[in-house]
Formats: sequence, C-alpha cells, structure tokens
Amino acid sequence: MNIEYYLKRDYISNLIREGKRVDGRALDEMRPLSITKGYAKDKACGSAYVKLGSTEVMAGISMDVGTPYPDSPTSGVMSTSVELRPIAHPTFEAGPPREDSIEVARVIDRGIRESGCIDFDKLYIDKDKVWMVFIDIHILNHDGNLIDAGGLAAISALLDARMPKYEAGRPVRGEWAGGLPLTCTPIPFTYHKIGDSIIMDPTCEEEYAVDARLTVTTTETLNAMQKGGDGSFTAEEVKSCVHRSFEKASHLRKQVEE
Amino acid sequence: MIHMSGKKSDLKLINGGVRLDGRKPDELREIRMEVGVLKNVQGSAYVEWGKNKVLAGVYGPREMHPKRLQNPTEATVRLTYNMAPFSVEDRKKPGPDRRSVEISKISSEALSDVVQVHLYPDAAIDVFVEVLQADAGTRCVGLTAASLALADAGIPMKDLVAACAAGKVDGEIVLDLMKEEDNFGECDLPLAIVPRTGEVVLLQQDGKLTGEEFNKAFDLAYQGCLKVYEIQKRALLAKEVRQ
Repeated sequence: MNIEYYLKRDYISNLIREGKRVDGRALDEMRPLSITKGYAKDKACGSAYVKLGSTEVMAGISMDVGTPYPDSPTSGVMSTSVELRPIAHPTFEAGPPREDSIEVARVIDRGIRESGCIDFDKLYIDKDKVWMVFIDIHILNHDGNLIDAGGLAAISALLDARMPKYEAGRPVRGEWAGGLPLTCTPIPFTYHKIGDSIIMDPTCEEEYAVDARLTVTTTETLNAMQKGGDGSFTAEEVKSCVHRSFEKASHLRKQVEE
Repeated sequence: MIHMSGKKSDLKLINGGVRLDGRKPDELREIRMEVGVLKNVQGSAYVEWGKNKVLAGVYGPREMHPKRLQNPTEATVRLTYNMAPFSVEDRKKPGPDRRSVEISKISSEALSDVVQVHLYPDAAIDVFVEVLQADAGTRCVGLTAASLALADAGIPMKDLVAACAAGKVDGEIVLDLMKEEDNFGECDLPLAIVPRTGEVVLLQQDGKLTGEEFNKAFDLAYQGCLKVYEIQKRALLAKEVRQ
C-alpha cells in the first residue's frame, strides 16, 4: 500500500463530502484535455497523444495482414493492449500485463468493438486474408482516470489512422491508401464514487480514496459498461450515471473529432 | 486479446415469445445449489445453472503470500476464476487468459464489499471458482457460488452476493442468457447485487442498448438476482438441516 496516499485519503473524502476538491474543481469538472493526433505519424498508421490534467497517454495504431477467425471469415480483427510503463508511476512495474492493465485494455476494447466503430467487413482482403488493427495504449504519466484518457487516445488514434497500401499480397510500409473504415465515435466516461458523492476525472491521490467506479461508453446507444472497485453503487446512482453519459460524451466527442 | 468481430446469424432466438429452451423472456434457467461439497477447503459450493456446472472453494482467512501484498488495514479477498479446458466445445488452453484475469478482478472486488475485511488485517481470503461446464453467464454463476462458499466457510459477511444477467435478444429484453443467445444476441448485462442493501457490486455491459432498454434490462437482472438470492438461502439452510 502507498502510505502517502493512504494518509491523504480521509482529507480527500472529507473535502469531497463538503463538495470541494483538492485542486478546486467542481465534483463533475474534468481537467483540461488536449489531444494531439498524428504524434508519431512518421511510422505508425495512426497515433494520438492525450493530456488530461497531468495524465499523459499515447495511443498508436498498427495494421497488418493476417488470417480471420474461422467463425467470421470475412471480418477483420482488432486487439487492444495497455502498457502501464514504469516511467508513468512508481507503483508500475515492468513485465507482462497484470490485472490492472488488462482491465483497462478490455474496457476500452469493448467500447470500440461493441459500438461497431470499426467496420470489420470492410477490412476483408481476400480468402483467409484480412486486415488486423492493433490498438496499443502507452501510459506515460499516471495521474488518474486512465480508462477515459486511454479510451480517448485510442479513438483519436483510430480517427487519425491511415490504411497501409496493399500490393502483391502484402502491405507496403510507409505508403498509405485512405483512412480506416469508421462508423462512429465511442466515448468512455467514468464516474467515481467517494463516500456518497460521485466525482469525475479523479487525480491519482483522489483515485486512492475512490470506493467504486463505473465506466459507460456511448455512441447513439450504450455500448459498454464496467463497474470496478471494492465499493458499490445504488441502483439509482447507476441509472443516473448511465443516462448522463450521452450528454457528457457529446462534448468530448466534438473535441475528439476535431 | 484478439476476438472475432461481427456476428451474424439467421437463427431465430425467440419464436412467439418463447425462447430456444422453452423459457419465457423473464424466466431463469433451472438452478440447483449445494454447499459443503468439498473436503479440503474451509467452505465450498456447487451450482448447476442451466448447462453451467461450477464449483467454488474457500481458504482463509490465512496468511497473505506474497507478503508485500499484505494490507495492514484489512483482509484481501482474492477470487480466481478458472475454466476447465473441457468446459467449452473448443478446448480452452489451461491457465489464466485476459478474460479470466478480468473476471477474477471484478469478482474479487464484488466480494470485498460484503466480506468483513476489517476483521482480518494482513490476511488473505482466497476463493477459487472452477468452471467445469460453461454455457454463458459463468461469471454470475461463479460469483453466486463463491459467496455461498464464503458463507459455508463461516467468514463474516454483511450479506451474500447474488448475480444474474439480462440482455437483448432478437430485439427483446430477456433474463439469463444461454449460450446461443449470448453468441447471437445484441447485448449482455451481467449484474451482481447485495440483496439486503440493494447495492450494485458488479455491472458490465456490452452490445447495443438505448437508455430505456438499459433501465428495463437492469430492472430485470435485478429481479433475477433476488430470485437467485432465495435459492442461495435455501441451499445454506438445506446444509443445516442435513447436519
């Protein structure tokens, strides 16, 4: 356990009970968000650098040609991974993904996959040949709210991505043939419960005081949800969070699509 | 993590309000629960739920290993969800994959809310869920069995955790999806609650739902959890009567 965060926990939750936060934000106020698309455009098919307060995340899209799954032989394939790099936080360790990074990756993956954002049928090339889309999310500095920051980076990188040129049965590196076939922009939004209050976009030290969180990813419909954390939500809280998500997401979507 | 995309089928899953296995939209599959089924663990439970067959066993509170994971303020509840290689039609490679790591994590968190963890600082309470046969909804079955096993082990809890999924199939909101409905349906919404307090301790969703459909599916899953809770209580009582 992190003693420093542990000792701050009561201070943070007491403040939040009074409707205040350490950095002076309102409970439902997000930190400034900046999105830089094409940050690594010299190599990657698509990329985005996202800064949410001092949380910094990069996402990159790589594409390759591979074999489809037997039960969907004409559909492309996607995979999402998240790396919590040791430079991002002292508690992150090098090595293969652990449960925290796996959960973040899977929640982001589900939002993108289930929204139908990528038109997988258009990624079909030939018999037993489809495009594979790899979404790799790299956490550079962890100051909380990684699911939202990572999800925004992933979808921004997808919007930035170009399809590699395909010639003589293989992709040509460094030459491009149009954007990815995308149909919509799924936006994840995570609600964090501390005591009886629900806050948005917590910092690292606030996250340590969080009892439970609920991520809701929306397009025109609800596409993915995930509750995490040792605490709980009431049924009313769940419903109110879910219904607020459409509006919350629409502001962020504009910024992502810019 | 690579999954297949898109799923299309001409299979009709609901005909005239009746599902493939003859159930109505708001009906659970047949459920049978038994506690105290294993010898070497402190508490155990076996749940048959439709074609699902799931065992859960509990050790603890016991010393936490590795020691650096000890929490000096409370016990750590660790649930490990594991599918037997033969539990599904295409053999599952033994050992943890990304899906089971995620299920283990969110199920552990769900149980941490009911177990009186403050009573056992530094300790570990280990719960092992073994899926012997899988037919959709195994995370709900596993969590339901796990909380029974914890109760059977005599671990202080504020209540059981009851779990059940709802979803959308052929445009209709239905309770407790079976395999075909899970594969070809439009949405799955697993839910776990603490019935006495009404707290939501596990919630996931994937697929497509409108806000209204969500309310309906959530309420249906919630009612399903309450039915599961009644069966859980009967299973615990049945063991007392047996002794």
